[in-house]
Order: sequence, then structure tokens, then C-alpha cells
Amino acid sequence: MPGVEVTTQRLCRATLRGPWLAAGIVALHPMSEKHWKSVVSQSVCDYFFEAQEKAADVENVPPVISTPHHYLISIYRDKLFFVSVIQTEVPPLFVIEFLHRVADTFQDYFGECSEAAIKDNVVIVYELLEEMLDNGFPLATESNILKELIKPPTILRSVVNSITGSSNVGDTLPTGQLSNIPWRRAGVKYTNNEAYFDVVEEIDAIIDKSGSTVFAEIQGVIDACIKLSGMPDLSLSFMNPRLLDDVSFHPCIRFKRWESERVLSFIPPDGNFRLISYRVSSQNLVAIPVYVKHSISFKENSSCGRFDITIGPKQNMGKTIEAITVTVHMPKVVLNMNLTPTQGSYTFDPVTKVLTWDVGKITPQKLPSLKGLVNLQSGAPKPEENPSLNIQFKIQQLAISGLKVNRLDMYGEKYKPFKGVKYVTKAGKFQVRT
Amino acid sequence: MQRFLQLPGAAVRPGGREADQEAASPVLAPEGGAPPWYQALQPEELRWLQAPEEDTTPEESLEGPCPEASQSQSQPLRHDDLKAMLDTNKDSLKLEAMKRIVAMIARGKNASDLFPAVVKNVACKNIEVKKLVYVYLVRYAEEQQDLALLSISTFQRGLKDPNQLIRASALRVLSSIRVPIIVPIMMLAIKEAASDMSPYVRKTAAHAIPKLYSLDSDQKDQLIEVIEKLLADKTTLVAGSVVMAFEEVCPERIDLIHKNYRKLCNLLIDVEEWGQVVIISMLTRYARTQFLSPTQNESLLEENSEKAFYGSEEDEAKGPGSEEAASTALPTRKPYVMDPDHRLLLRNTKPLLQSRSAAVVMAVAQLYFHLAPKAEVGVIAKALVRLLRSHSEVQYVVLQNVATMSIKRRGMFEPYLKSFYIRSTDPTQIKILKLEVLTNLANETNIPTVLREFQTYIRSMDKDFVAATIQAIGRCATNIGRVRDTCLNGLVQLLSNRDELVVAESVVVIKKLLQMQPAQHGEIIKHLAKLTDNIQVPMARASILWLIGEYCEHVPRIAPDVLRKMAKSFTAEEDIVKLQVINLAAKLYLTNSKQTKLLTQYVLSLAKYDQNYDIRDRARFTRQLIVPSEQGGALSRHAKKLFLAPKPAPVLESSFKDRDHFQLGSLSHLLNAKATGYQELPDWPEEAPDPSVRNVEVPEWTKCSNREKRKEKEKPFYSDSEGESGPTESADSDPESESESESKSSSESGSGESSSESDNEDQEEDEEKGRSSESEQSEEEGKKKKMKKRKKVPEGQEGGSSSDEGSDSSSSSSESEMTSETEEEQVEPASWRKKTPPSSKSAPAAKEVSLLDLEDFTPPSVQPVSPPTVVSTSLAADLEGLTLTDSPLVPSLLSPVSGAGRQELLHRVAGEGLAVDYTFSRQPFSGDPHMVSVHIHFSNSSDTPIKGLHVGTPKLPPGISIQEFPEIESLAPGESTTVVMGINFCDSTQAANFQLCTQTRQFYVSIQPPVGELMAPVFLSENEFKKEQAKLTGMNEITEKLTLPDTCRSDHIVVQKVTATANLGRVPCGTSDEYRFAGRTLTSGSLVLLTLDARPTGAAQLTVNSEKMVIGTMLVKDVVQALTQ
Repeated sequence: MPGVEVTTQRLCRATLRGPWLAAGIVALHPMSEKHWKSVVSQSVCDYFFEAQEKAADVENVPPVISTPHHYLISIYRDKLFFVSVIQTEVPPLFVIEFLHRVADTFQDYFGECSEAAIKDNVVIVYELLEEMLDNGFPLATESNILKELIKPPTILRSVVNSITGSSNVGDTLPTGQLSNIPWRRAGVKYTNNEAYFDVVEEIDAIIDKSGSTVFAEIQGVIDACIKLSGMPDLSLSFMNPRLLDDVSFHPCIRFKRWESERVLSFIPPDGNFRLISYRVSSQNLVAIPVYVKHSISFKENSSCGRFDITIGPKQNMGKTIEAITVTVHMPKVVLNMNLTPTQGSYTFDPVTKVLTWDVGKITPQKLPSLKGLVNLQSGAPKPEENPSLNIQFKIQQLAISGLKVNRLDMYGEKYKPFKGVKYVTKAGKFQVRT
Repeated sequence: MQRFLQLPGAAVRPGGREADQEAASPVLAPEGGAPPWYQALQPEELRWLQAPEEDTTPEESLEGPCPEASQSQSQPLRHDDLKAMLDTNKDSLKLEAMKRIVAMIARGKNASDLFPAVVKNVACKNIEVKKLVYVYLVRYAEEQQDLALLSISTFQRGLKDPNQLIRASALRVLSSIRVPIIVPIMMLAIKEAASDMSPYVRKTAAHAIPKLYSLDSDQKDQLIEVIEKLLADKTTLVAGSVVMAFEEVCPERIDLIHKNYRKLCNLLIDVEEWGQVVIISMLTRYARTQFLSPTQNESLLEENSEKAFYGSEEDEAKGPGSEEAASTALPTRKPYVMDPDHRLLLRNTKPLLQSRSAAVVMAVAQLYFHLAPKAEVGVIAKALVRLLRSHSEVQYVVLQNVATMSIKRRGMFEPYLKSFYIRSTDPTQIKILKLEVLTNLANETNIPTVLREFQTYIRSMDKDFVAATIQAIGRCATNIGRVRDTCLNGLVQLLSNRDELVVAESVVVIKKLLQMQPAQHGEIIKHLAKLTDNIQVPMARASILWLIGEYCEHVPRIAPDVLRKMAKSFTAEEDIVKLQVINLAAKLYLTNSKQTKLLTQYVLSLAKYDQNYDIRDRARFTRQLIVPSEQGGALSRHAKKLFLAPKPAPVLESSFKDRDHFQLGSLSHLLNAKATGYQELPDWPEEAPDPSVRNVEVPEWTKCSNREKRKEKEKPFYSDSEGESGPTESADSDPESESESESKSSSESGSGESSSESDNEDQEEDEEKGRSSESEQSEEEGKKKKMKKRKKVPEGQEGGSSSDEGSDSSSSSSESEMTSETEEEQVEPASWRKKTPPSSKSAPAAKEVSLLDLEDFTPPSVQPVSPPTVVSTSLAADLEGLTLTDSPLVPSLLSPVSGAGRQELLHRVAGEGLAVDYTFSRQPFSGDPHMVSVHIHFSNSSDTPIKGLHVGTPKLPPGISIQEFPEIESLAPGESTTVVMGINFCDSTQAANFQLCTQTRQFYVSIQPPVGELMAPVFLSENEFKKEQAKLTGMNEITEKLTLPDTCRSDHIVVQKVTATANLGRVPCGTSDEYRFAGRTLTSGSLVLLTLDARPTGAAQLTVNSEKMVIGTMLVKDVVQALTQ
């Protein structure tokens, strides 16, 4: 935890010291004088640090902080804070959305959005922000366009650049910005033309003490990785599109076509992108693939308690449930835990009081369980609440909602692409109350 | 943590101050540094100088913050090495130097002394160097104004570059240089760029406007002119940016929006996400000033004075006198009818709820919340709930807004109650907001579930959250009487909780609840009294004391005892508790003075010497009031009334109540305080301002084709299927922009060469301009036309046709890419009629176009685009023949090439040897799509040539116009000839009377069209047909029952008969015994839908749906006649 603290502090300072991030967005509504002059007063950060100090947890730093002359809007991503300084009224989501887009872009360019990556590529970061914002208004935020303007760094390119003295900035002009489909760059060529779709569904659920479902819904996304030459026009149809309760689209999708025929028709961006995200909310459709038997008790006036959980499969559609992990935030009074797993391994961090049990696969013959004793701080009152269990799991080759891709057709190009669809079901915010 | 914080913090602040000083006096700065640091760094710097190619990353980027910070404090700013690198000829060295400089800027170091060295490189060829120089320039120009001026000429040259992207980037940098002296140059550049032919440059101009405004607000008036101009722009690229500029510079000039309102609504869907947010939020404000509240259905007065205000601007305004007369004559209330423009906005924003951008979804949600009728607001709930899966910051903002909405419209979110359930892993701030929403949503029916949920929350480890839950329970208890006792009991149980915070919070809430019905709860008060020994939280102690004092008659024995205890510990209490002790003492003294007189006096004396003057004041005041004395009797007689007056129960309400007077989704709403620059959301007007200010006059001849094209192209994504029924005028300009950008990008991707593309674009731009200027012209013409006959037709038409060509060719070439299914639809001859035969359309270009024409995979409603072309009719007819033979899949149109046979216009006897017949050719008239084209056959049966055949002055009913055929110089005996003339019948069956003149004679003739010839077929899909039909019900629907004779029961014959009677197109139909036909009237373009439901028995029902009821009725009559004969 202290480590995280330092990192965030440091980055936060780094971001705000340079006018780049702060200033770029400072200008969102032109307080520009402040910004363009060198006095993007760094003292503004102090308000942020103060708020951060006040919030015990990094997650609890309010996204919007009001200071006497400015407003600070921040996001927290990958252990970094991105802060923007605003001077006038602006929809806060506008800024938050933009900051996330910036973080996405860094992720896209550098492979990770970390302090080290940003520091290593400070010039590219600066160039990117220059293109993404003009006087504080977002300009080019589509990654396809940005990549035309500024090439992402790769090891090979940096070697070549250092030898030949060429640069990261694209020398072609970004014609994509002018087109009607700004999300796709022009002149894409591949030798292998491939289109992959990952249907990823996450089950969000709250299971109560007795094992009944309080709340459950499926959140799904279809992530696409499209590497097709030219200007392909794709249409993706489903066997059972009516399942999708609420859908949000990448801008490339023709809404009308979906409305009338329930077919996703689009000219895709090049590379990886999220095609749609959807929700299946009607509760009876949501199958809960696992159950947990638990008995956690703390004895009154003694410094120990018992802990016993067993996980079993339930409605798994004949597939194996893999990569099960159970995470439990134990009460503060817990000092240590002595447990024996029948399968997998467990760790308990006495500082954060987090118990993690890495279970692996479930074999129905022998259900995995974790049993043992809990040592409590002596003298402290017994905890009132039993901790809730957060469960992660993964089921390959299955979309739990039953969604199935019917077919993918391509128009507009002659070649035959290689197509593939993969289904995965995961636990989202899957919580068992005990 | 404290330590960690202090370390960098301490480092930052001096560093920051230093930087400021340096900035203030850049000249002094270089010598300011401490030499030791410089020396320490030197070797490294030298290494960089010697081998700059070795590594591209700036050297300090990997170092920790502390050395870096201290460097920035004391590093000298000489940078000789960098200057040397910038002065070399090698691009790679320059680049390296610039990268290091930018890295310095990024880290907040001052690099201003390098300005002269850097600015020299502004003309560098290398793009990356150039860009980095721009970055530098923008950052430091303001400090070094004189030197910055050196670079200006480079940008001015850039502004003239043939490449649009270079022009744009020059303008962008130029406008970012904050040097007041160049304001006139900037102004000029912006003005020029605003009329640039490239939409991208215009967009950049829009971005430059706020920059200039912030630099020099005196330019406002001129800038508003530019904004006005740009607002009229028709491209999606510009729309978002210019509205942003509008919001920055002149948000109060709402009148600038009128003319562009409909265009903005229609473009909205294709604008990029950021622009959408800005436009939607501006339109929300606009709608609030222009439309009536949809929620107050009644008490709307007739429009009046408001209207007069706008009256000067618009043409059709009635005189104020007539209005007054109207308002007095009519009853003062009329039912609310939503303005079609209001509806248009709601309809066009709805699909955006599906956007991936949370900001757009929120913007639409707030628009619906503020503008939509109650029944329709519900649609936003689902989308907002979806956002709850997003990043926690998004959740935070969305929940704030949901909290506000859920107070006003609880029903909207009730179905999603469970989505607001709290997980132990949520951050506390999210938990508390969700709790707020849950509380707002709780009602009689769902309260048991909500309370059960609350019970689990109370046992959470997060104590702040528990406290919030207890308050939430309190609120539920006050709001829902049924559960009050349950809640109270629950809370009392919490009093035995181990956590003091929980207990304290419970006490406070219990106190509030008890105030509502104190009589029944003596036991609880007793219980609470006992707690005073244990609870240490001041607020809770104070609450208990207040309760005991207030209800001391319910606990007569305990109260004095409590006072005794409190008196003992008085000095150690918190101020808030002390005040309540005084209160308690006073109340007890008044009710039970026998037991408590001494205690009270003791407490008051303690208070008299308290350190806090509030307490001293209170003590003195109380003593005067309750202790009877000789002088101050007046008030003390009423002391009991003063202290023991019945007090109203507190109302526990949400902190989000009434927050909706701030525009939702705004920063001000989030902070619940007005942020700088917040534009108030105006209240609905009492009377609707004149809606006609939004009318954009459209030349009549373009209206029809525009409507059609709009349907095809204007809304490639998300477009609502009902989008069509918007006001006709609104779409006037859109298709052009679409076609323009389409053909542009097609040429780009085809050639890949930016220069050729810009050329291409210039052309199109010119066309566009030509067209728009022309439309004004012909608009006037359109007005004149009604009054007198129109003589100068061709001029306007010629121009129109050439500009239409561009869009037309793109659409047709995209059609050529279509599958056979769509080819079937494509019977429309007009699209083939152009100079180049379709086959010559080169494939590669066509392909790109088809991809961009995003509608083309749905069977498009290819309607008679009927563009005016310059091609002669005969060629058109030839080409048409070609198409028909090429695509034999078109049964419906094969049969009736001409509608109702040959009709006689002039008998050869009456015409003294000249016989004239006419037929309705059913081809679109080449000159004007609103005209019915009539083929006139002349044959000379006399034995002398007839010379100079032409049309004489027609006497036409208003609205009807004709386009004469070219004069026939001579018709030899025995010869016959055919000419085409066009008649605009104005959608009526009135006869067109005119004279046929020869050199010698004049013949009065008249052509009366059958109603079936007043329309042209339209191709709709089955769904579209049904949708359109559903809109045309009631008065617009005419139904007739008939019996089909035996001869008339086969498909073929029915279709043939119907199409022979009326110029309609067949619509595919799922069921076998139903026939559907669709067409549009030529002049007004209103849909005519005909359905024939034929039973095998012969019984049939004919339905015609059309806005034009007269046409509908007549059509029914004609068709019935044709079928039953």
C-alpha cells in the first residue's frame, strides 16, 4: 500500500508539473491565460494532494474537486491519477471520458499505461496530447487517426530511428481525419486477412447468505480484432439477437440496420476495438455456474474463529469451470489464518487482511474446500459482519447468455478473410454474502 | 504516508516558485543557477552532445523525482549544447534537441531562453521537428512576443498552401500564439479560413474563434459574424466545433441558432462524440427558450406579444392586430401540441443513448429529463443504468444525476432498483450515492426488500457507509409511515451496537423520528437516557439531552437525574452538549422547578463563566427568561411558551432535492453550486415563441429530391426510421454535405494522393457554393411563380442539374455494386440518365463510394430521384429502354409504360388537319421533378405544312405551371412528331388550359390529368411501408370495399390494373393475397400508399393512405372502377 501511495503521488506530480496534461485540459474552457503562461500554478495540485490525503483509499478521491479558482477533475487508472484543471463549466463526464480516452491511447501506444511508460515516452505523450486537444477541445481521439499522425514506438522502430534519424511522426498527412469514417485509416494492407471476435460475458451477481440470488445480470462485450485490407464492410448476425437487452455501439455500427434487422453492419476500424457492449438483465436467464458453501464464525471472547468454504459447480452447461479465485477481505481484527486447502494454494496478507485462494479447476468428484482457523487480535470484540466472498472464474467456449454468432459476411473486398469467434464467460462482480 | 507526502510536496513548492520567477524574468534566469549542479551534470550533457544518436529517450526521464526536482531548482539554463544542436543542418540533431526541450517543458522546467534558437527552425522541413517547434512556440510565444513575430510569416505562407491539412495546421498554430499584436492577422486568417473550401480548415477556424476571443474579447462582434457564417455550414465536421465556439463566445445569441436548428438536429447523429455533447447541451437550452413545456398540458395561453418580438424576422407573421383578434376570439386554452421541431430534437437524439461514450449518453439523458414529456423520459433509465458498469468516476457522476432524477421521477428507475444494490467492494463514495438512490426509490411496495438490503449494509465494516445507511433508514421511516415502527425498532437495536459511531448516528436519527410521535415512545427515551453514560459522541449526547428536555413530561423521574449527571460533567462537555444541557435545565425548571431549581442555577452559573461566549450568552439569556425577577417580567411570563412550544417534526430530505434547477450533467449540478461560465437553464416560456423563425426557405424544385436523398444518406448510423417525418424544410442542405464528403473520400482513397484530392474537392466546393447561391435565387423565383407565369425557368434548372450530378453519380454507382435484390429496386430510370452510361463508372471508385454510402445494404428506398438533367429526353428514353431490357426483374413497371392510353387533345377536324394526342409518359420530366411529363403527338393530316407550332400564353389556375415544348418549325403533310412538355399540376386535377398556336391559328386546348398520373412510384420495403402507413391513419386513410370480378383475380391482372390506373410502384408483400403500392405526389412529395386486400372469394378491400385526402379519395374511386370493370 505505501508503495502505491508513492507512485501515485509521484506521477500525479509529474503529470501536473508539466503543463501538458493539466494544461492541455486546463484549456478545456479557455482559462488559457493561466495555462499558456507558465503559471499553470502547480499549487493547484496541493488541493488534489489534500483531497487524496483525506480519502483513506485511493478509490475514494472524489473525481471532481472544487478549488477557489479551478475545478480539478481526475480519474484513477492503473495506479495513476490523471488530473485535469478546469476553469469554467463543462460537463464532468466530458472530461472524464476524455481522460479515459487519453489513458486508453497510452495503453494502446505503450502497451501499458504506467508511470514508467509515460516517463520513457514523454515526447510522444506530448505529441499525442497536442494532437488530441486543440485549445482544450478534443480533436483527434480515434486511435486509427492518431497512429497515422504519430507512429507508436516499437523496439525495431526506435533502433531504425536512431540509425537513420527518421522520426515517429508520420510523414503522410492524416487523411482519415477528413473522411466520413474517421475511425478507419486508409490504405490498410495485410497478407493474411483475419477477423476475430471475442464474445466475453461477465456475470455480475450478488448471492445472499442462504445461497439465493439477490441480483444477477450478464454484461457482455464483443471485442474485435480486425486485420483486413482495404475497406471491408462487415455484417455480423446472431442466432438470437433478441437476447440483447441493452446495447451500446462503436460509432462504426449502422444503427438503423440494427434497429430493423438486428444485424451488426459496419466498416471496422483497423486493429483491436470494442464492437458492442450489451446487457442481459432478466434475472431468470442468468445461470449461476458455481455455488459456495460457507461457514465462517468467530467465537465470542476468544481469539480464534473457524473458516470453512467449499465451492461446487452448478449449471455449468457441461463445461469446466477454470481459474477460480476467491478473494476475501477479512475483518481488521483478524491477525492470521491457518488454513488447509484441498486444492490450489492460498495466501493471506496480514497488512491488507486480504485472503486469496487460487483454486484452479473444479472437478466434480472432489469439490475444492478451504478449512482452518482464524487468529484474532486478543481482547478485541468479535467482528460483527462476516466478510463477503468475491469469486472469479472463467468458462471457455461458452457464452452463458446463450448468445451465438450466426455468420459474418464481408462485402466490398474480393479476398476471403479468415474468421473466428471465441466465447468466454467470466465472473464479473460476483459476490457471495456470508 | 504523511512522510511520503511531505517529501515530494516540499520539493514541488519551492521548485514551482522558482519556475515562476524564472518565467517572470527570463533574462535573469540563466545566471541564477548554482554551479555545482551544473558541473555535476556536465559530463552527461556532453555525452549527449557527442553521441546523440545513441538513444532516443531523453536522459532524465528515467530518474526519480527527487533529484529531478532539485535539478529544476538549481540547474543552470544555459543550454549551449542544445543551441548548438539546433543550429546544425542535421535534422536528426535538431530533432534530438527539440525532444529534449519538449521533455523539459513536460517536466515543467523553463526553456524560454532557447526561444531564438528554436524559433529559427519553424520552417524546418522535417515534420516532427516542425511539430515540436510548434509545441514550443505555443508554449513560450507569449513571453517572447517580439521574437515570436518572426515566425508569423511562415504561418501566413502556410495559410495559402494548396494542401488543406497544411492550411489547417498553420491556422491552428497561428491562433494558439498568444501575442496580442497579431490579433488583426488572426482575425483575417480566421475569416478567410471560415470560407475555405475544405471543411477541415473551416473546422480549424471554428476552433480558433475561442482562442482569439480569449486573447482579445473586443473582437466579439466580428467573431460572432464568423460564427454565424460557420453555423450555416452543412458538414458534420464543422458542426461540433462551431457550436463549441458559439458556447464560448456568444451563448446568449440564441437567435443565431434558429435557422440552423433543424440542420443541427439532423446532422447530430454523424457528428463526432465530443461535438455531440456540446451540441446537445446547447440545444437543451435552446429548446427551453423556444418550446412550451410538454408537462403542463393546460393553461397555455394563446401566443401573443412574444411573437411580435420575433415578428420582424419572419415573413409569414400575421399582423399584430389579427393576432389580438384571434386571441380574444378563441378560448384562452388549447390542448398542448408539441412543436414538430421539439419532437424532431427528441427523436434525433434518442438513438444516441446507444453511444459508447458516457458523456453523450449523459447529455441525451439530461436533454430528455429537461425536455421530454413525462411518458417518454423513461427511455433514458436503461442507458444510465448501463453506465453504472463503467469506470468508477463515470459511476460517480452518473449516480449523482440519477439521484437528482430519482427524486423527481421515481418510477423511471424503479425497475432497476437492484442495479443499485451495493457491493462490499464499491468505493465508499459510490456506496453512499447508491444508498441515496435506493432511498429515493423506496416506496410502499418495495420497502421490505430495500430494508432487508439495508440490514446487510448495517453490518458492513465501512463505518462511514454504515452511518449513511442509518440515515437512509431514517429517511425511509419518515417517508413511508407504514414502516416507521419497524425502522424505529431496528434503530433502537442498533443502540446496543459496539461501534460508537453507529450508536451515535442511530441516536440522531431516532431523535428525528421520535419527534414525529413522541407520546408512544417513552420507553425509547428512557433507553436513550441510560445511554448518556456510555455515548461519547457529542452530537449523539446533545440529541439525547434535547429529547429528554423536550419530552420531559414523559420521563418525569429520569429527567432530573440526567440533568444531575450532566451538571457534574458539564465542564468537560463539548460546546454543543453544553448548550443542550442549558436547554434541558431550562425546560426542567419550567416544568418541574421543585426538583431542579438548584441544579439549574448551578448549571447556569457554570455556564456563565464558560470560555465560549455563545454559552455565556445563552446562560444569561436563559436566566433572565426563566428566573422571575422584578424588572423583566414581561417575557418570563411567556417562558414556558417559548421553551416548550410544540416543534414541527424535521423533514428528512435528500440533499439532491431541487438540484435539478441546474442543468443535469453539468459541473454546477455536480457541485451544487454555480460554476464559472454556467449558463442557466431557462424556464419554459409561458407562450411559445414563433416557431416559424426556424423555417428555412427552400427552393421548391430542390425540396423533393432533397427529401429523398436525405432518407438515403443523411443518417448513415443510428438514424431513426421515423426520421423522415420531420419538417420538410429542415433537410435542405444536408445531402450536399454528405455527398461532398463522400465523393471526396472516395477520391482520396482511390488516388491516395492528397493533392489530387484537394483539387477534386475544390470542384465540389464550387459546386456547392454555386448551388447554394442559386437556391436563394430560385427561392425568390418560387415565390414569384405563384403570382405570374414563369418564364425564366431554364437558368436555375441548368445549374441545379449540374450540381446534383455529383451526388447522383455516387449514389448510382453505389447502386451498381448492389446485389440483384437491390437491382430490382433500381428501376428508377432517372439514376441511369446521365451523360455517361453506367457501365463506364470505373469500378474502384465505385467500390469506395458504396462503402461510404452507408445505407446501401439495406434495400434502399430508391425513390424517383428524378434529378433535373441536361440530357435530352430522347436520350433519356433510350437509356431507360436499355435498363428495362437489362433488368427483366421488374414486372410492375414493364406493363404500363404510359398510363392512360392516348387522349385526344385536338381533333383533326377542329384543328383543320392538325390532330393532336397526348399521353402521360410516366417518365420523370427532365426539367423539373415536380412536373408531369406529357408526350404530345402531332400529326398533320392536311396537305399543307403546318409551321411554327408552339404553345401560346396559357391561362393557368394558380400554382399550375407548364414547361413548353420547343417550337416545331414545320410539320410536313402526312408527317407526325412527338414532343414532351412538362406540367406541374400542383397535385390537383385541375385542367391545364393553354393555346396551341401555329403561324395562322390558335387552338384552345386543355389537359386534365387523371389523379393516378399525379404521382410517381416510390420503392419502399415492406417494413417502411408499414411504418409509413401507420403514420397515415385516421383522416388520411380511405377505405373502400369491393368485389373483384372473376376476370380480375390473378396477381398479374390486379397489379396491371392498378398500375395502369395510377403511377405507383409495387411494394413487396409477405402475404399472398395482399397487394401494396406506393408513390409520391409529384409536387408536394406526399406519400400515397395503396393496399389491396383481396380474398380468394373475390371480396376485397382497398385502402389508400395519403396526406392528400382529395387525391386519396379520387384514387380510390378510380382504382375501384378499374378493378371492377
